[in-house]
Amino acid sequence: MLTGIAFYLLAAVAVVGGLMVVTAKNPVHSVLWLILTFFSSAGLFVLLGAEFLAMLLVVVYVGAVAVLFLFVVMMLDVDFVRLREGYARYLPLAAIVAGILLAEMIMISLVVVQGGAAANAVTPAVATTDMTNVEAIGRVLYTDYVYIFQAAGIVLLIAMIGAIVLTLRHKPNVKRQKAHDQVNRDRKTAVEVKGATTGAGVSAEDLI
Amino acid sequence: MEVTLQHYLAVGAILFTIGVFGIFVNRKNVIIILMSIEMILLAVNINFVAFSAYLNDVSGQIMAMFVLTVAAAEAAVGLAILVTFFRNRGDIAVDDASVMKG
Repeated sequence: MLTGIAFYLLAAVAVVGGLMVVTAKNPVHSVLWLILTFFSSAGLFVLLGAEFLAMLLVVVYVGAVAVLFLFVVMMLDVDFVRLREGYARYLPLAAIVAGILLAEMIMISLVVVQGGAAANAVTPAVATTDMTNVEAIGRVLYTDYVYIFQAAGIVLLIAMIGAIVLTLRHKPNVKRQKAHDQVNRDRKTAVEVKGATTGAGVSAEDLI
Repeated sequence: MEVTLQHYLAVGAILFTIGVFGIFVNRKNVIIILMSIEMILLAVNINFVAFSAYLNDVSGQIMAMFVLTVAAAEAAVGLAILVTFFRNRGDIAVDDASVMKG
């Protein structure tokens, strides 16, 4: 009973938030609605017994991706009113496509649940095991899926390098440290021995 | 008020549809399009986790984690491209993006 109430509440908030993301006039509001949607989905994950993934969703999406979006939206000085041109023009087509898509997916999910592998599963079977969710994920992730786990790390590394390469720029009038040149300096180029006779003294002109 | 697998699949389908709808209606605003893509991937994640829970197989959650990884990487690179595009053009209208082709 309580689970049902929680499910319907979280699902409704997630769907309303999702609708507001695509219909809000101000993109900053869109990002905030997106955060709400992700938060509600994290709640749904908790209801399903996937606590680790729920926390991951909050940390990765709300903590990193949404803030990244917020930064970009607020930093770029964009005329968002002009970008909304054609909203009403594409609305009928979008509604038709979305309606067909939704009907198809609901139909398929009903068929899958009735005749597929999940036909006999009535309730989430998480309480039957004595392992915690994190332990269960860890046992599988580092054994069966270790290569794909490494591949995910490489994907993140490449994304990081790509983002840096794309956004890094050197201003021509700003002096930068050249570590390679500094390391490659040696005695021959750095110091010079000037001849000076003993006892004669040295004037500044002699050294130039 | 028994919550069954269909309920979760329905939520996933609705979120997926909203994401597709958002791409259609906001086709000039890259930021909203990126957010819609994130929402589509979230819907996929909901389906993965729902099946994982109801079939008592943790592999679905592993897959959802990898989807999450790819989504984060995609958001980072997409926003980086967006920032670079804005620097070069002073605008982010997708219609002008064809100037990027070599």
